[in-house]
Amino acid sequence: MTPPNGTSTSIQDPGQAGADTQTQTLQRRRAWRSTLQAIGMLPVLIILGIAFQLMSGRFLSIQNLSIVAQQASINTVLAAGMTFVILTGGIDLSVGSILAAAAMVAVIASKIPDWGMVGVPAALLTGLALGLVNGALIAFMRLPPFIVTLGSLTAVRGFARLLGADTTQFNPDLPFAFIGNGTLFGVPWLVVIAMVVVLVSWFILRRTVLGTHIYAVGGNPDAARLTGIKVWAVLLFVYCMSGLTSGLGGAMSAARLYAANGLQLGQSYELDAIAAVILGGTSFVGGIGSIWGTLIGALIIAVLSNGLILVGVSDIWQFIIKGLVIIGAVALDRYRLKGSART
Amino acid sequence: MTGSSPILEMSGISKTFPGVKALSDVSLAVYPGEIHALMGENGAGKSTLMKILSGAYQADSGGEIRIDGKPVAITSPLAALHHGISTIYQELSLAPNLSVAENILLGREHRNGLMIDRRSMEAACRDVLARLGVGFGPSTRVAELSMAERQLVEIARALIANARILIMDEPTTSLSSRETDALFSLVRQLRLDGLAIIYISHRMAEVYELADRVSVLRDGAYVGTLERGDISAERLVRMMVGRDLSSFYKKDHNAKGSRGPVILSVRNVGDAERVHECSFDLHLGETLGIAGLVGAGRTELARLIYGADRRTSGEITLEGRPLSIRRPEDAIEAGIVYLTEDRKNLGLFLDMTVRENVNLNVLERDARLGRVLNLKAARERAAAAIRSLGIRVAGDFVPVGTLSGGNQQKVLLSRLLETKPRVLILDEPTRGVDIGAKSEIYRLIDELVRRGVGVIVISSELPEIVGICDRVLVMREGRIAGEVGGADHPPITQEAIVAIATGVREAAA
Repeated sequence: MTPPNGTSTSIQDPGQAGADTQTQTLQRRRAWRSTLQAIGMLPVLIILGIAFQLMSGRFLSIQNLSIVAQQASINTVLAAGMTFVILTGGIDLSVGSILAAAAMVAVIASKIPDWGMVGVPAALLTGLALGLVNGALIAFMRLPPFIVTLGSLTAVRGFARLLGADTTQFNPDLPFAFIGNGTLFGVPWLVVIAMVVVLVSWFILRRTVLGTHIYAVGGNPDAARLTGIKVWAVLLFVYCMSGLTSGLGGAMSAARLYAANGLQLGQSYELDAIAAVILGGTSFVGGIGSIWGTLIGALIIAVLSNGLILVGVSDIWQFIIKGLVIIGAVALDRYRLKGSART
Repeated sequence: MTGSSPILEMSGISKTFPGVKALSDVSLAVYPGEIHALMGENGAGKSTLMKILSGAYQADSGGEIRIDGKPVAITSPLAALHHGISTIYQELSLAPNLSVAENILLGREHRNGLMIDRRSMEAACRDVLARLGVGFGPSTRVAELSMAERQLVEIARALIANARILIMDEPTTSLSSRETDALFSLVRQLRLDGLAIIYISHRMAEVYELADRVSVLRDGAYVGTLERGDISAERLVRMMVGRDLSSFYKKDHNAKGSRGPVILSVRNVGDAERVHECSFDLHLGETLGIAGLVGAGRTELARLIYGADRRTSGEITLEGRPLSIRRPEDAIEAGIVYLTEDRKNLGLFLDMTVRENVNLNVLERDARLGRVLNLKAARERAAAAIRSLGIRVAGDFVPVGTLSGGNQQKVLLSRLLETKPRVLILDEPTRGVDIGAKSEIYRLIDELVRRGVGVIVISSELPEIVGICDRVLVMREGRIAGEVGGADHPPITQEAIVAIATGVREAAA
């Protein structure tokens, strides 16, 4: 009387003794699966690191690792926001466009005499406001997230170009340039910011009521509503969060480049952010996943980009390999979820 | 059927689901040109038997299905169709955006080379639609049709597939009385054409009017078949119910004479669709049951009270205070909680741990600094719930989806109890729960009533309702059709409940 798969529940306990062994095997299987999920892609990251070191001989230098960490930082910030959204079973395609708009706002605001630092909060507010629009359309008008954010992907891109009258905005005396190029106790500010975002995300997801509600809404939206969870508030929050992290990403980009361009900046960043989240083991249907997985996912993408360049793989092949790695990771995701209640 | 041999014989059919024997050694014989009604309580095995016949389920080995005297293996819905068996399901299975002809010939499209030959398809359908006497053409989009008309499209689909055995599962559930009359005359017409019709229904009146013979199932076993002349309400009810009350129902609290004041008062609650003008009072110290057939509106009424669906009329008063409940959170805030009948889809979060599930409703109450989780309180609550409800689990970190049905139900119950409710509405509290957990849940209900919580139990299991309730409201077609138990009403018996639920008797409400 074995149940058809791992986590399905038998309708009746088939007797005390049988049930106990059955429960034990179920729990062992479950424990194995959750271990897989927790370590997730870390072995992949380590293997990639070793492989690139062997092939190039200079991947594992302090200097190169610092570059990798900086390259990963903006995507990590975007992917952190994206993790919130995907945990609810949604998607945010507009993060690259929001990043561009926020960067434009940041550079333009940085030119205000004596008040140049306003650029940073201005970028954050821009991101937050655009995320709020996404969230309101999804939470209140019940529109599908894919459609809403596909629309804002295009519309916000246009808005970003409009901001600078379709020109590149420069500010060689950018007052917050230290964010993009300075260090704090030897650690690049970009990396510090990314780590803070990851820690704050972890705290919200795992240590607050809201975080539990996010997992609940993603795991079973109908039950969440019946439980008295304000599903609309949760949805509004996650899209605001994604907008805010995109705005922060915009400020980080602007600080690094001393410039912003509404047309080119952040193009297809949403794909890297989504890829990092999925590589990190967060389920596309929502309810399962962790911010640590996302961090590892973002690092894998950065390691791939950096390592392939060091090894001398052509630009074209980099695209092909990155794409295949993402597909392989999703296949792994399927394997991990196989036999669970929701695949 | 006069002297002819049966078109369909099922013998020794059993079906076991993990842990449950749904059918045991059931036999059934159906003749061409007869309307054969199949009756039984909810869960008696009617649908399972018909799903085996239509190829949706496979019977356990040992039984036999014969068509025209020849044994056949019905291994898939397609095989059933091939043997001339068609089913008209309760949930209609049409594609609303396709035309009538496309639906009728779905999977059998006429082709003209690579292209679909619409004209030839519509011509083929025109004949069968004319035979059914319908008022729409083959090119009409199904989305534009009423429920009754859609049913006719399904019947047309069966006819065009040369069905000889037609299974109709509660076909009148969503029909008006005029549409029902039209359907009946069509069914009689089909009988004259020599089809064998297996007609599943809960409604006595329909069975009287239509059936040539009635077979009754009870608890997955075949009870007997009545010929037309022998059909009577009393005999049918006795066949459907006739079993001993189990002794394990726990009722220590004594409602007779010691019934307390009204705690919850419901007046004229309805949604203008599936629930109409329901009024009742729940007293302290009594267990109030709500019985009725599936689809009578019991769950819908509970969801209206709980704020899960929007009600269009009615007032709800708790301990004398009028409530404005618009959402579930309002009801929980006021002290009314609802245990869903569909615990996996609407109740639990299967991927989340026992601890998270138990605490979900009180996270905010326990939280520190406004919104920060109180992990210590959560651990303690989970431990207390596991202990006091006897949840069998390795620890509170285990995902709820891995537990057995009974333990899942206890987790869900403990989540509701953590809110310290004043009124608890339990919808099928023992569905999919093993016997041991069942009696524990009965004991818990009894204890809650004694502690002064108002308890309403919705159940399709008559012995359960009769065993644990002090008073039972019986619903039919969205209304409270009658009441049993209590001072001025007939005593609670399964016969009395079935009689009101099926409309044989109209008890004074």
